[in-house]
Amino acid sequence: MSVLDSELGTDRSEADAAPRTRSGRRYAGAFRSAKEARRYWMLLAVLLALGIVASIGLLLYNNPVPVDSPSFIPVVKRRLTAVISMLIAALCHSFATVTFQSVTSNRIITPSLLGYEALYSVINTSTLYFFGATAFVSFIGMGSFLLQMALMIAVSLVLYGWLLTGKYGNLHLMLLIGIIIGAGLNSVSGFMRRLLAPSEFDLLQSRLIGSVTNAKAEYFPIAVPIVVAAVFLLFLFSRKLNVLSLGKDTATTFGVNYRTNIICALVLVAVLMSVSTSLIGPLTFFGFLVAMLSYQAAQTHDHRYVFPMAFAIGYAILTGAYFILYHMLNSATVVSVVIELVGGIVFLTVLLRKRSL
Amino acid sequence: MIQIRNARKWYAEEVKIGPLNIEIPKAGMTALIGPNGAGKSTTLLMIGRLLNMDEGQILVANMDVTTTKSRDLAKILTILRQENHFVTRLTVRQLVGFGRFPHSQGRLTREDEEIISRYIDFLELTDLEHRFLDELSGGQRQRAYVAMVLCQETEYVLLDEPLNNLDIARAVQMMEHLRRAAYEFGRTIVVVLHDINFAAKYADRICAMKHGQIAAFGTVQEIMKPELLSDIFETNIDIIEGPYGPIAVY
Repeated sequence: MSVLDSELGTDRSEADAAPRTRSGRRYAGAFRSAKEARRYWMLLAVLLALGIVASIGLLLYNNPVPVDSPSFIPVVKRRLTAVISMLIAALCHSFATVTFQSVTSNRIITPSLLGYEALYSVINTSTLYFFGATAFVSFIGMGSFLLQMALMIAVSLVLYGWLLTGKYGNLHLMLLIGIIIGAGLNSVSGFMRRLLAPSEFDLLQSRLIGSVTNAKAEYFPIAVPIVVAAVFLLFLFSRKLNVLSLGKDTATTFGVNYRTNIICALVLVAVLMSVSTSLIGPLTFFGFLVAMLSYQAAQTHDHRYVFPMAFAIGYAILTGAYFILYHMLNSATVVSVVIELVGGIVFLTVLLRKRSL
Repeated sequence: MIQIRNARKWYAEEVKIGPLNIEIPKAGMTALIGPNGAGKSTTLLMIGRLLNMDEGQILVANMDVTTTKSRDLAKILTILRQENHFVTRLTVRQLVGFGRFPHSQGRLTREDEEIISRYIDFLELTDLEHRFLDELSGGQRQRAYVAMVLCQETEYVLLDEPLNNLDIARAVQMMEHLRRAAYEFGRTIVVVLHDINFAAKYADRICAMKHGQIAAFGTVQEIMKPELLSDIFETNIDIIEGPYGPIAVY
């Protein structure tokens, strides 16, 4: 149908409303028309406003003590920890997933495929399995946070270094091996979990499901600067990512050193994913959901616009979901379960209707 | 000038390309022809540094394609592959704009925009420039890809089967565009073609390949010989004089 249309040269009205500057000069902007650009900024503003409203709600709504009480501020401070960890999770997952999908030129995969979450679950399960519940409960704090993060980054660096620089270096092989390592680690931890006492298992389960309540404020002085730096670097990297998303051959043709750039991007992805995973636990489909929605919402290929949109969507989803579940449904259900459910359904829908990718 | 010295690529024990030795002169259009599996695309990809060779050396304008920085090469050499598929949704103008990346690193200046407009107009895509690629027909999309590599304004342009999936009218139009690009903009174009008659009509030189070797290289008149072509394609091919030059009949 569209092929016929274009063959006959029947132009659509939106294509006629071509983006031109006021002087009538033709230009190749990130958006097809001024109308689409306006739509983008409005959507971004609405989403950011939603996120801000929900976070204010999370901080202040239903506060058990009155505003003039001296314990009002401590309650808000305690809640602020959860809001900041939502901010970190939204930043990490949106930037990491969009970058990962662009450098792999594939929009149906997420960085979780590289086995970060499996590794996280192995670290936690084996602590409990080998050292017992007492050690597990005390395996918390700066040391364990840094150890988990370092392990996850190290594993991904070994994986990238080995698979992307060798003679047969190839991205798809790396993904495949990442998935296999992930599956292997998952079954190792699954096996250990089967041998745990029910009470120990219960202890473990709460840490294996991603939740902002896992986050401890004492990690922030390390986590926040790392995340901010990685996000800033990725944002500066946007123009190269635009070219890298065209695939290896096209990027090389345009003089972008594919291997060097892709390793830099993947290292930043690994940093973001490991910070987020060791801070709040695994959120497998969250990044995918956010990236998927942001492509639809941003309607541009340009990462300088996709990144802010992805972040705004991620933050609005997290804060909105927590606010609704905690304060309106009065439900203690773990939000990540709901997000995973919705994300999983979106994932399946997208897979089945791949045309709209 | 493109100089290939002893370049080899070994896919398997039975599939070996090379050693190739050839000097493709500057300016004009050179067509690579030959049967399937002769190594035409491999040769083109090795010149365009998209495929690593196992041995040998290739120089384009005296720059070694394996050791020169990719960014510097992108200013003198461009290559378009047969299959192009992008996950991102791009308009024609955004796609062509990527051709300026080696020069502007993604920050399009006023000059860049003028150059983009020039190539969009050159390939008659002006009315389509704000269409998304998935809204175009195969022929229009192919023109957009060619506009993208021409927009890179490199001296050397390598194209792998640009006539693939084009009907006769579109194919003729594409070859006219390429020939004009070679003369009007002084480009050196190397193109892999399947149709000998297209090569005979539009190219200045023909390089015929067979079994991973260069079987013959010369002007159209030198290559369009019945015995030579019959041997290369392992089919009976006759040459008759047509109104536009020699025509192969098979």
